[in-house]
Amino acid sequence: MSFAWAKPYEPKTDIGRWIDERLPLPRLVYGAIGGGYPVPRNLNYFWNFGVLSGLFLTIQIVTGIVLAMHYYSYADGAFTSVERIMRDVNAGWLIRYAHANGASFFFVAVYIHIFRGLYYGSYKAPRELVWMLGLVIYLLMMATAFLGYVLPWGQMSYWGAQVITGFFSAFPLVGEPIRVWLLGGYAPDQAALTRFFSLHYLLPFVIAGVVILHIWSLHIPGSNNPTGVDVKDEKDTLPFHPFYTAKDGWFVGAFLTVYAVFVFFMPNALGHADNYIPANPLATPAHIVPEWYFWPFYAILRAFTVDFILPAKLWGVLAMFGSILLLFFLPWLDRSPVRSGNYRPVFKRFYLLLVVDVLVLGWCGGAPRNRSTSASARLPPPTISRTS
Amino acid sequence: MVRIIAFFVGLGFAGVLLWSFVVNLYDNITEPPAPTAEHEFHREPKELHLASDGPFGKWDKAQLQRGFQVYKEVCAACHSLERVAFRDLAGLGYNEAEIKAIAKSYDVPSINPDTGEPATRKGIPADYFPKPYANETAGRAANNNAYPPDLSLITKAREGGAAYIYSLLTGYQNQPTELLKQFPDVKTPEGLHYNPYFANLNIAMPKPIVSDGQVTYGEGAPAATVDQMAKDVSAFLVWTAEPKLVNRHRAGMAVLIFLIMATVLGYMAYQNIWASAKRKVAPKGPLDPDNQAKREAAKAEAGGIAG
Ligand code: HEC
Ligand code: HEM
Repeated sequence: MSFAWAKPYEPKTDIGRWIDERLPLPRLVYGAIGGGYPVPRNLNYFWNFGVLSGLFLTIQIVTGIVLAMHYYSYADGAFTSVERIMRDVNAGWLIRYAHANGASFFFVAVYIHIFRGLYYGSYKAPRELVWMLGLVIYLLMMATAFLGYVLPWGQMSYWGAQVITGFFSAFPLVGEPIRVWLLGGYAPDQAALTRFFSLHYLLPFVIAGVVILHIWSLHIPGSNNPTGVDVKDEKDTLPFHPFYTAKDGWFVGAFLTVYAVFVFFMPNALGHADNYIPANPLATPAHIVPEWYFWPFYAILRAFTVDFILPAKLWGVLAMFGSILLLFFLPWLDRSPVRSGNYRPVFKRFYLLLVVDVLVLGWCGGAPRNRSTSASARLPPPTISRTS
Repeated sequence: MVRIIAFFVGLGFAGVLLWSFVVNLYDNITEPPAPTAEHEFHREPKELHLASDGPFGKWDKAQLQRGFQVYKEVCAACHSLERVAFRDLAGLGYNEAEIKAIAKSYDVPSINPDTGEPATRKGIPADYFPKPYANETAGRAANNNAYPPDLSLITKAREGGAAYIYSLLTGYQNQPTELLKQFPDVKTPEGLHYNPYFANLNIAMPKPIVSDGQVTYGEGAPAATVDQMAKDVSAFLVWTAEPKLVNRHRAGMAVLIFLIMATVLGYMAYQNIWASAKRKVAPKGPLDPDNQAKREAAKAEAGGIAG
């Protein structure tokens, strides 16, 4: 169970007791989000982004299931089916814009959530598994978002799929066969689209499963707090309900308000105009850029331009994957006993440097590739790497 | 051992990165990227204000109808509008009879019911706008090997949207002499047309709206100048790209009002619920108004006893 002083569930009604004896579901809910989960009193608003991430997973699943009712995963009909959703399905435009912008807001929430964990040392003992499960969720989210972006089968969908699956061909010998196997062909086509749809439908439910593990493992030690000092006794805590439900409640309203501004008044601001052009394998767009949440990684990929022992592209791919894999080892790499960045002046400086670095990388990754951005990588265009 | 390996791996990445940076920097300094005509002479779209802009934007249906007329009489010769059905024209304010009449004025592809041969029939409201060319090859053959793109989504498919379309339509001009002076070998090729708003400056589409009065507008409409027709057709193409745009604005306002009210109420509930908890969290220090008031009260009480 959670903290030693966590209150056990006591059914108040006969029916409650009857159910609890047979299926302790009410007990589970009480322990997870009810009065049975004591939370430190001093959490700041950065602690709201976990609940927000969960909310956006739910929004994505609900809107996604409705989209899937009207979407066809045929290479020559997918684009049209998405346009039918926009034009002919009742409130279809709302469902689609909610889903497309929902993905972005999901990443906003998760990025803030991750950086919160980094700053306050939430990855340290005893929460290592909470942290690692969180990273698994993040990796799954990136896969899901990439797969989803391919589904409308516009120009960016197609060429994004081309470039991203091209990462695999950076690995010598096995790379190219793996790429062909993943795509079901030499270039994205019908086979790729159908399997991408299948996996895009599946992965969010895998994410939901990992989220349950993530929260389960959190509820053993309980939440960290801005001081990073363990809670001493019950007086330092408040039951999740009603205190944190109320604090999360209004903040959810505020966050959804910003989301609604995007969905209703600037729904294409975060997207790319080229994705309103149907996929055309014969016309390469002038600038192939992924969605904004991948920009920092795209910049890492493009920053390596010289061959040294390994080909430049492989350096880029390894650095990109490495930048995330490294985070899995963080609990053991950082051996300071102090958790919170508030009390670690040197750490605090490096943390700020990291934030600035990620923003700069994001800016470089989104900028069109040219020789003046230092990140300009001479990655062979996908068509060349395919034939070589 | 592990530490040593880790150190060298890290060094490898940092080294290759630094080397890449230096090589790029060196290239940039020794042979700076040559200026290109596209870079120097391409222009950002002009400003265009439409009734449908902004969070309160609504359709100007008279303008949309004029834009439709321009599409029908000018652009439709080369460009399809394949995602729009005649029934959708209700959104422009046409009634059922008018839509039937418009649909009937088009011949749509069909099959001869007796012989099974390809044939055409009169359109009905459920039909989509027929395409001017049977296929892409035919379209290219008729247009100097450039395919006129479908216009249904064009305002969403181009950076700059309606303003870009408007600028493109009114941006045809002779190739500037400075351009030729600076870049003598980029003379606009035969069959292409100079247009500084087009990405590579030379577009295969001949200037479509050439003279005032090219389309005859009905009673009470503004004068059919080139500029006005370009604006009208751009407004129409905003509608074809998203016929539900105004519904979206309207729904958005209602949702925002609801969410803002819910947030305010939620915030008040939060304040209320935490009122009891907050005070226990941390003593707020001697300058806290609550504490000051208590101190004053205590002093007054003590004073009262002493006095
Ligand atoms: C004579 C045939 C013809 C007519 C009439 C015509 N166009 Fe075009 N249009 C073309 C061709 C050909 C292209 C492709 C140009 C290219 O790729 O260089 C084109 C391209 C376009 C583009 C895309 C430009 C881009 O950014 O790629 C737009 C927008 C456009 N036309 C709008 C219109 C509008 C609006 C009208 C009516 C007022 C119109 N056109 C009338 C032939 C025509
Ligand atoms: C982790 C949660 C999810 C994320 C991050 C996500 C992300 C995305 C993204 C980025 C797109 C492209 C949007 C566009 O530009 O059109 C998309 C499309 C799509 N998604 Fe999801 N999605 C998620 C969950 C789901 C679920 C659970 C389903 C269905 C069961 C689903 C079904 C679809 C469908 C049918 C499309 C294509 C329609 C469209 O392009 O609008 N998604 N998704």
